[in-house]
Amino acid sequence: MSETTNLEQMVPEPGEPATRRAFLAAAGAAGVCYTLAMAYPIYRYLASPVEMAMSAAAVTEVTLKDAQKLPLGSVLMFKFGTAPAMLIHHQDGRWVAMTAVCTHLGCTVQYEAQQDRIHCGCHGGVYNPYTGANVSGPPPRPLKLYKVTVNDAAVNVSRA
Amino acid sequence: MTSKTIPSTVYDWVDERLGLSELVAFARHKTVPVHSQSFWYYWGGISLFLFLVQCFTGVLLLVYYHPGADAYESVRQITFVMHFGWLIRSAHSWSANLMIFSILVHMFSVFFMKAYRKPREFGWLSGMVLLGLASVFGFSGYLLPMDELSYFATKVGLEIPAAIPWIGPAIGNMLRGGMEVNEFTVQRFFALHVVVLPGLFLPLLAFHLWLVQKHGNAMPPAEEARPASERKTMPFFPNFLRKDLGMWLISLNILALLASVFPWTLGKPADMLVPAPQGIHPEWYFMSPFEMLKILGAILPGAAGEIAGILVFTLGIVLWVLIPFYDPTRELGRRGRTAHYFGLLAVFALLSTTILGYWTVR
Repeated sequence: MSETTNLEQMVPEPGEPATRRAFLAAAGAAGVCYTLAMAYPIYRYLASPVEMAMSAAAVTEVTLKDAQKLPLGSVLMFKFGTAPAMLIHHQDGRWVAMTAVCTHLGCTVQYEAQQDRIHCGCHGGVYNPYTGANVSGPPPRPLKLYKVTVNDAAVNVSRA
Repeated sequence: MTSKTIPSTVYDWVDERLGLSELVAFARHKTVPVHSQSFWYYWGGISLFLFLVQCFTGVLLLVYYHPGADAYESVRQITFVMHFGWLIRSAHSWSANLMIFSILVHMFSVFFMKAYRKPREFGWLSGMVLLGLASVFGFSGYLLPMDELSYFATKVGLEIPAAIPWIGPAIGNMLRGGMEVNEFTVQRFFALHVVVLPGLFLPLLAFHLWLVQKHGNAMPPAEEARPASERKTMPFFPNFLRKDLGMWLISLNILALLASVFPWTLGKPADMLVPAPQGIHPEWYFMSPFEMLKILGAILPGAAGEIAGILVFTLGIVLWVLIPFYDPTRELGRRGRTAHYFGLLAVFALLSTTILGYWTVR
């Protein structure tokens, strides 16, 4: 059977003749509707942990039990919401809490008691351990300070 | 020559390098036979669509699923914590079931239209292997939530290979990763489900689809017997493709309806110390072999029944797979009629044992 015979005997579609343009337009419109209807639940599904992290990050206060026993000249790393933070008990008895996320590219910074500084191992950024001010290196902004209240049972750290 | 539009310039650029116009010309000349049984041509496409849904929803589940000891907890999290996780899991389970169903419809329609005959033997054989892989997909995926039902289903299912004389117990232990279904079983079933099986399935599916392109749609013998001038065809593009996509759309709507109105449940976590729940039974596509084994077990008690069951199955499957070789000709001869009766017997056996299975587990 040759192709010509085949083409001559095509069954006509009921109704108007099928043009490629009409077909593509209808398929495209339906496709957009269905894609949107499917994209929404998929977006929400994939965004679920982001939403959880956002609500976890929205905390305003963290209670660190027994942190009042932290020795002089030492540091306690903890999570404020979802991000690392540090509580420093200075030699002079002052309590300072601040975020431990370097303002340069987001590495976790370290308190160095001997040199009395906060240092970032990634690119050598240095911060003041009392004020969080960026002292040297690439960091563009200071580390954000938290408010600290100490009692007999715990240390409370809250957004300033 | 007038100045070209940007799309046509881009098209020409790509066409020169990839030969798109050859494809377009091929699609334009491709036709699909039109006759009273044309409806069955859509079922392969529906199976393909549902397989694509499986891949898509499977990847989404993979985003949160943990195999191993945390399996149940991660599925609980997907189902009850993540937004629309229940819907994605439900769509995955429902499309798996619908896919097996449409593959079975596709297989029986190919069988009764005698579409396995020369030159389509490889199409039939690759299709049978794809069905086999799809059932292993189903069996391995069923364990992954590690709830009560999946635990017992896997435990019972693995008793079947374990019943093979001599080497059976070793095979059972190897599949389980131990003497009992445990976290190692989930871990290896997971590897099977998301890496090994897709790795086997995808190239075979490509081969199967290539064969369909190469040989075109088979006509049932009654249609083939008619003179060529009386046969009707329709162009593949856009006529058949449009209808095919229409069927995909209907399938998508049915799937969306089932997945959202009847969400797939999650049972209690698997616990080997808790007795199996009453009326526990396999998924519908394993119900028939389950019931046949039960019937044979009643006739031949003990290991003899199990071995006889496995032998009967193996023989039935081998005969089914090899049908193109003992019903090879296009003529409607005695062999053709025998094959037809064999098909009817297979449908009757599958349906009756499935119904009986559901009847007795009530």
